Amino acid sequence: MSIHHHLSDSTLGAFTAGTLIETISLVVASHISVCPDCRKRKDQLETIGGIQLKIAEPEGLSSDALQKTMIRLGKQELPHVISPANTSSLSSSSGAALNVSNSEVPKPLRAYIPNHLEDVEWKPIAPGIKFFAIEDLKTANGTLSLLNIAPGVNIPEHGHHGIELTQVLKGSFSDEIGRFEVGDIADLDSDIKHQPIADTSDSCICLIATEAPLKFTSMLPRLVQYFSGI
Amino acid sequence: MTEIDAEMNKQRQIVLKPREKELPNFSELLLNVGKNQDKAAFADIFQHFAPRVKSYMLKLGSVDEVAEELAQQTLLKIWRKAQLFDPEKAAASTWIFRIARNIRIDTLRKQKHFFDDDYDLEGIVDEQEDAEDKVSREQKSHNITLALSALPQDQTRIIRLSFYDGLSHSEIANQLEIPLGTVKSRIRLAFGHLRKNLHLESGEMV
Repeated sequence: MSIHHHLSDSTLGAFTAGTLIETISLVVASHISVCPDCRKRKDQLETIGGIQLKIAEPEGLSSDALQKTMIRLGKQELPHVISPANTSSLSSSSGAALNVSNSEVPKPLRAYIPNHLEDVEWKPIAPGIKFFAIEDLKTANGTLSLLNIAPGVNIPEHGHHGIELTQVLKGSFSDEIGRFEVGDIADLDSDIKHQPIADTSDSCICLIATEAPLKFTSMLPRLVQYFSGI
Repeated sequence: MTEIDAEMNKQRQIVLKPREKELPNFSELLLNVGKNQDKAAFADIFQHFAPRVKSYMLKLGSVDEVAEELAQQTLLKIWRKAQLFDPEKAAASTWIFRIARNIRIDTLRKQKHFFDDDYDLEGIVDEQEDAEDKVSREQKSHNITLALSALPQDQTRIIRLSFYDGLSHSEIANQLEIPLGTVKSRIRLAFGHLRKNLHLESGEMV
């Protein structure tokens, strides 16, 4: 998979600092899981985080903090002896779903949707457009959904408020910015307007996270509005 | 790395003296904790990092007792996970930062986090990695430390606020009382300088 569209510095930085909302965070992780470049940039930002931590001004601890920690340490189970071969199964605590091979679904997403995109319970929302809301994730201030766009179908022109991330899971789309293929991410500034079109003989399936679902200017409500003629 | 690069590296290190004083070798200490459950090594890591993890938690709005508890939890997790520490994959400080940050997201933000250690990224091969790995992670971290310390203070500060303290661009603008556009251009400038100091191609360092 060769990736042409990457995460912006500020999105990746906010992810690394741990300040993004969960829905956006999941799409970032999903892109990083297939993009060596962004993974490397993330590692560099975390290295900077580590340096900042190492040279930070210390804050006084209570005088018995070390002693207390040592006592708690004694009460902890001794670390399990782990051979390197076992570490991967140990670290994927979210269950067997993560270990499916031949899935077009990036790993971080597998805990939330079926392993194969045809098994998703799609809801038609407009001619040539199907939709699935991922509601398992706590989304008090954001939405996470899948969009399935039939070949040649055009999404109405729309702008963005707040962060909106779109990752292509299958097929491809084109817009004023360029062509987005599997793995690519559209990390758009709020001032960019675009009009994507699914541009292959296959449907285009995208993972989309937005902030602030109640803003009617965000993409999905606009989409429904557009097609239902509200 | 070519000989010329190595020479330039050497020269840079003479020019840019690190501001950090001599610190223990945290990689070795972590390995010792992992292999031998060495409590003295753990205490050394604690003495340096626990007070700094506490300040990290405080900066993010936690009250004193909670910050201290989270610092202890971070250090306990370091003890538990030390066997998984691999110096070829991360500098010790990077590894500790990740643990502290993840605890912060879990506890202070009460959110799930989606970082790599939860997903082994099978099938991802980084072609550039092999050549670069001749430089150890600790050395890379050291190079970045030098590059950071060579930045003008306002740029180091903005990098810290943005990528460590986790403030948004508009929060930084408020705190420093400068326009939003200045925040953005200062961040761009800082990363431009970092890339130059690290002799990286554009794009490689954020």
